[in-house]
Amino acid sequence: MATLNIVAPGPIAMADFKGKVDPDWCPGCGDFGVLAAVQKALVELQIPNHRVATVSGIGCSSNFPGFINTYGMHTLHGRSLPVASGLKLANHELTVLVTGGDGDGFGIGCGHFVHAMRRNINLTYLVLDNQIYGLTTGQTSPTSRIGMKTKSNPYGNEDAPVNPLTLALSAGATFVARGFSGDQKHLTELIKQAIQHKGFSFLDIFSPCVTYNKDNTFQWFRPRVKKLEDNAEYDATNWVAAMEKATVWGDEIPIGKFYESTDIPSLEETEPVLDAGPLINHELHIPPDVAKKFVEELM
Amino acid sequence: MSETFAIGIGGAAGQGVATPGDIFAMIFSRRGLHLNAYNAYQSIIRGGHTFLTIRTGIEPVECMGDGIDLLIPLNQDTMDRHLRLLTTGGACIYNADTIKPGAAADGVQLCALPVSKMADITRNKVAQNTLALGAALSMMGVGFQSLESVIAGQFGRKGEAVVKENVDLARTGYEYATANFKPFARPLPMTEKRYAVLSGNAAMAMGGAAAGVKFYCAYPMSPSTGVLHWMAGHGRKAGIMVRQMEDEIGVINMAIGAAHAGVRSMCATSGGGFALMTEGLGLSAMAEIPVVAINCMRAGPSTGVPTKTEQGDLWQALGAAFGDFPRVIAAPLNIGDCFTLMAEIFNVTDRFQCPGIVLCDLLLSEGRLSVDPKLLDFIPEIDRGELITTNGDFHEEEYLRYKFTESGVSPRAIPGLLGYTHTVASDEHEENGVLISDEYTNAGKRRAMMDKRMRKVAGIEAMVPPPVLEGPQDAQVTLVGWGSTDGTIREARARLAEQGITANQLQIRWLVPLHGDAILKILRAAKHTILVENNYSGQFARYLRSETSFVADGHIRKYDGEPFMPHHIAEGVREQLSGSTTLSVPTHEVMV
Ligand SMILES: Cc1ncc(C[n+]2csc(CCOP(=O)(O)OP(=O)(O)O)c2C)c(N)n1
Ligand code: SF4
Repeated sequence: MATLNIVAPGPIAMADFKGKVDPDWCPGCGDFGVLAAVQKALVELQIPNHRVATVSGIGCSSNFPGFINTYGMHTLHGRSLPVASGLKLANHELTVLVTGGDGDGFGIGCGHFVHAMRRNINLTYLVLDNQIYGLTTGQTSPTSRIGMKTKSNPYGNEDAPVNPLTLALSAGATFVARGFSGDQKHLTELIKQAIQHKGFSFLDIFSPCVTYNKDNTFQWFRPRVKKLEDNAEYDATNWVAAMEKATVWGDEIPIGKFYESTDIPSLEETEPVLDAGPLINHELHIPPDVAKKFVEELM
Repeated sequence: MSETFAIGIGGAAGQGVATPGDIFAMIFSRRGLHLNAYNAYQSIIRGGHTFLTIRTGIEPVECMGDGIDLLIPLNQDTMDRHLRLLTTGGACIYNADTIKPGAAADGVQLCALPVSKMADITRNKVAQNTLALGAALSMMGVGFQSLESVIAGQFGRKGEAVVKENVDLARTGYEYATANFKPFARPLPMTEKRYAVLSGNAAMAMGGAAAGVKFYCAYPMSPSTGVLHWMAGHGRKAGIMVRQMEDEIGVINMAIGAAHAGVRSMCATSGGGFALMTEGLGLSAMAEIPVVAINCMRAGPSTGVPTKTEQGDLWQALGAAFGDFPRVIAAPLNIGDCFTLMAEIFNVTDRFQCPGIVLCDLLLSEGRLSVDPKLLDFIPEIDRGELITTNGDFHEEEYLRYKFTESGVSPRAIPGLLGYTHTVASDEHEENGVLISDEYTNAGKRRAMMDKRMRKVAGIEAMVPPPVLEGPQDAQVTLVGWGSTDGTIREARARLAEQGITANQLQIRWLVPLHGDAILKILRAAKHTILVENNYSGQFARYLRSETSFVADGHIRKYDGEPFMPHHIAEGVREQLSGSTTLSVPTHEVMV
């Protein structure tokens, strides 16, 4: 079961990203597809596993870091984004992926979600959106539809769902996309673009919970999802068009890259403290002349 | 206790109490004098009442003391509240146009300034402050030049004309006092020494910078905000990343993320924000990522009294986060110690990969103290513990982030290195970081990992020194305090000594580890023990009892929002030695 941590030099392959244990998700869970797409994207981008950190919250989907061989952090429910932000700002040369569920990101962690996007730190945030609380055995989530019957709403959900895409767009996310675990190729492509985007990239991924969500199943999504990339007219640099597209929901559900802005610098690029390189490489002691000035100020 | 001189300046918020306070502080420190300043204020930006006490002397001034020698009331309210603090030899300088003096004690000089005749008050609204400042320094026997140069420094940024106007005003006040008022019996002394004057918040921020902190984040909350302000103003020069977060939950988690990357990472807040941080502290403990959180205590519960002090968060710190885990908690003894403690606590948390909590309080956070600049050591000893920061060799074995060791400490590899990929986990895990629930929750594995983490407690205890008894061994009474009450208790002991009562003192700086056995040995040998705390329930008394079964003979507690003054403690001791009570609860005599 134990895997070697050292990868022999040579091209980076899928095996490099195989986790220490096999995922314990329910057979058929949408999260398997997302994991495979992430591994494939990293291989295609040839990013070595030791230069990647995967940070999650808590939930079925948040067990993700344990199932991929990178540096991983399994944090608290809803807190993956602040942890990942701190990690990235202290060592911005790492590729930092953030994974979690819709409850983790849009429920308990929603405050951090909005503010992380404002900051435009170069993080790739993948929400494995199953419109239900999986790990806690099937309660209503912030993306559950009105009327959906769950263990916590046996008579049907009364609260309107959040729209993660319009929320992200209005909070200033510089990359907003939606993928589907059932379309591997398309999802892998989106993940690659999200990783390559300089700034905060948000990817909402339909990842059906086969155990607790009987509404939003693979079969339900398959005929509905329509790729934006198939529409030659769609312009992903147009924020207003993205807002409009993001509200389309019904017989047709658009997936793909809704919006990308490449002219807003990431926080790491503008923060002068990082001009000298990643914080972890800075000298521990501050320069004596600077220290001397700090004391002289007080005299 | 050697001679000190204390000035009280009071007025409504917005009346400009701070500027004369800063100028006095600057003059004292440039004369080579020690000082201690404490500002009693309210959580409003305009109005209310604020009263600054600034006390100076040749020897270190460890607390605000009991009385004042000079009162400068900027409004009637201050005159009415504080005139009674003056005793024989004291003086009160006030604006005779707007303020009526009250009945002063015998031998108190009432110095009326005819302000409207001395200055154009329609042009300069705070003319009375500068006139009083000049008058005060004349009476204190300070040469005008030193005032002039401080004013030039203070107002320099506002331009030549403003400097001149203020220097002229100060001179008018100075000359008026020389001609009309009696100087103080002893002129202000002078030494060759030079001190730095700083707040506890600045001291903790600088102490963190000196300790090698590279990441600081916070959400504003009185009385901790000064740490953020210092960091925000100096971070770029020091190479420290400073971030304001959306809330304290974000703060602690971001700090943990940065710490995991491999930098020293710190944050500060007050009780309410600390409450929000607690789940994160548990993550620090479980994932074994060292982080230091400062809690500047204010009077609680809930939003409480934002601008008033208390030592009321001890149990919150002891119980922060669920489950059992190693933690360290330390309470700085004074503002200088706010600086020194930071490198020490980081060394412990780095070595033992656990959360560290600094329990400061408003008294130190916002008070100001003169400190010998030599004590502000920017190259303290730094021990980062077993931290792996370079790429590994090709090896066959798996790197075990949570390897079972005798000390409980497992070498910690920072992310990004070749050969050490691993996952740190908030769920219980095995040596390699794999969640135990990923297979089947195994009781043996859970117990082994708990034992590993808890083994660190013994190492922490060995690294942190036990407290020592200060003062005569065979004293009649032993006063026990923790953190910021150190200087006040020491001065109270001096007062008691003058009255023929010998007292010694056991001041606790490290709350966890407590060193209960060492404390018990000291206290069992004591004749009469009294616990002094700035809270209602005797939080430390209860903690001490839970750890050692020791029950003190008596308690002195204060929970009115203001710090102890030495006489509160001295009177409590006398009362208790006479046998009339075992619990003294002094209240602040003056409304501030
Ligand atoms: C502070 C806190 N509250 C509640 C929980 C319990 N909890 C764990 S996961 C979860 C929700 C999981 O749903 P989601 O984030 O959508 O992830 P999924 O399991 O569906 O992948 C909850 C409520 C927790 N771990 N921590
Ligand atoms: S409960 Fe749902 S989300 Fe969780 S592993 Fe099973 S299928 Fe996936």
